[in-house]
Amino acid sequence: MQALKLTILVTVFMKSIISISLLLFFSASSWAASLEPQIDTGATAWMLTSTALVLLMVPGLAMFYGGLVRSKNVLGTMMHSFAAMGIMTVLWVIVGYSMCFGDSVFGGWFGWNNDYLFLNGIDETIMEGGVPELVFSMFQGKFAIITPALIAGAFAERVKFKGYLIFIALWGIFVYNPLCHWVWSEDGFLFNMGANGAIDFAGGTVVHISAGVSGLVAAIYLGARRGYPLRQMRPNNLVMTMMGVGFLWVGWFGFNAGSSVSSGLSTAQALTATQVAGATGALAWALIELCHYGKATALGFASGILAGLVAVTPAAGVVQPLGAMALAVAASAVCYGALLLKNKLGYDDSLDAFGIHGVGGIVGAIMLTFFIRSSWMDNAAILAGGHWTVWDQFGVQMAAVGIAIVYAVVLTLALLWLVEKLFKFKSTDEEEMTGLDHAYHGERGYGMMNPN
Amino acid sequence: MKLITAIIREYQLDQVREGLIQAGISRITVTRASGHGNQIRMEVYRGKEIAPNLTPKMRLDVAVNDEYVDIAIDAIIKAAKSHNGHDGEVGDGKIFVTPLEQCIRIRTEERGSSAI
Repeated sequence: MQALKLTILVTVFMKSIISISLLLFFSASSWAASLEPQIDTGATAWMLTSTALVLLMVPGLAMFYGGLVRSKNVLGTMMHSFAAMGIMTVLWVIVGYSMCFGDSVFGGWFGWNNDYLFLNGIDETIMEGGVPELVFSMFQGKFAIITPALIAGAFAERVKFKGYLIFIALWGIFVYNPLCHWVWSEDGFLFNMGANGAIDFAGGTVVHISAGVSGLVAAIYLGARRGYPLRQMRPNNLVMTMMGVGFLWVGWFGFNAGSSVSSGLSTAQALTATQVAGATGALAWALIELCHYGKATALGFASGILAGLVAVTPAAGVVQPLGAMALAVAASAVCYGALLLKNKLGYDDSLDAFGIHGVGGIVGAIMLTFFIRSSWMDNAAILAGGHWTVWDQFGVQMAAVGIAIVYAVVLTLALLWLVEKLFKFKSTDEEEMTGLDHAYHGERGYGMMNPN
Repeated sequence: MKLITAIIREYQLDQVREGLIQAGISRITVTRASGHGNQIRMEVYRGKEIAPNLTPKMRLDVAVNDEYVDIAIDAIIKAAKSHNGHDGEVGDGKIFVTPLEQCIRIRTEERGSSAI
């Protein structure tokens, strides 16, 4: 009897221990599962698509710029974009991602995280939104490619290939990466400025303003092409330019709608704003040209597309279609004026990197303040503790734009001086007359067309 | 009146054009041409050297009055000769001078040397 009682007691005791330990085990495993985010296949699929779309913009830019130069420079100019794909990707994997999205170092000048070196530490990381961090890293890397490639338009037809490679590598490290860190990293100081940060949805300040302003500085520092502005320098192939702009527009959906790093409502909002702005900008430019010059040119239409898209880039996440239209019209009008002014002032921003990307980016980043959707402002008011006006945000936007401009100007000047001193950047007169294609690549772009 | 036809390297076009303009000759016609000469031009495509059958060249046609013939020829030679006119190289090109029977400006129907 005694023995039986003991056995029962022991059995009950064992059972309870097993059940408790099982309970502990399961609750522990479910706790661990809630820490590790699951892959959201929808968001990941869209981010993979966006990554590919943004890369499509680079050959698009190569075609756009390539068509605008003289036929002896077509390959050299396209190589400026393609070389950026090579050099910036390699740099991005080595240090770029770490400098942009690592933890702030040197008082927040740029980021750093040893885990991000060669992307070693993010091999299996899944981000909060359910997207593998490798996809996010590659998506962001594409922005680092296209930004220096944009600058090349300002000093087209007159720089050495070797000097260009060194310049964009240094520019990416010292201008792009810090700016990207300030604006998009969670501990960047512009990301946290004001109630809900300076608004730069897809790269108005980081990409377009920084590239445009740096281009202007470089164009003035290096000087004009031989014969400019006395000699007419006609585009060699506007057909290619138009196709390039088409690629850019298509790619821009990845650029803007992908910047939500999700696949949902905010993606749809950004995509809509992008389409509306591109179309409105083009129409506005064509109308302005019709009134002012009497003919609507194809290049003008293309420029309007770009002006509209550039202006909506920082704003795509926060404006509704009417706001996107207003931004695009403003950008086309101001950019058109800027190009007229350029001809008056006489500096040689050859393919209008500043005139479209710099000016359009500034217009977009500042004017977006007046078209922010009310839900964003309400959220900002809550974060600010109850009160946040359009003018408060206006101040933040102005500050962010100003900081980006000053930083880009100062650093670009320093890098230009350095590269010109150590490696020579500007082509010699003979090389310029010969053309980039023959002088630096030993090839020719076309068969027997267009003596030029 | 003479017709000066110059076959030059493609990439010397700017230099020759500017040289002619500086010498006071600004009315020229330029065409792309290709042909055989002494020069075998090697090009590199994807790391492979190939020698094209026909070498691309630029052809300039300049109609001038007799007193400008030597000026034009000197200007072309100076600009088209390799190494800034010092040491020529195979492939620098040729200049042909032919007598020009008539020259007519279509707009005014002027004839002769005043139409050049």
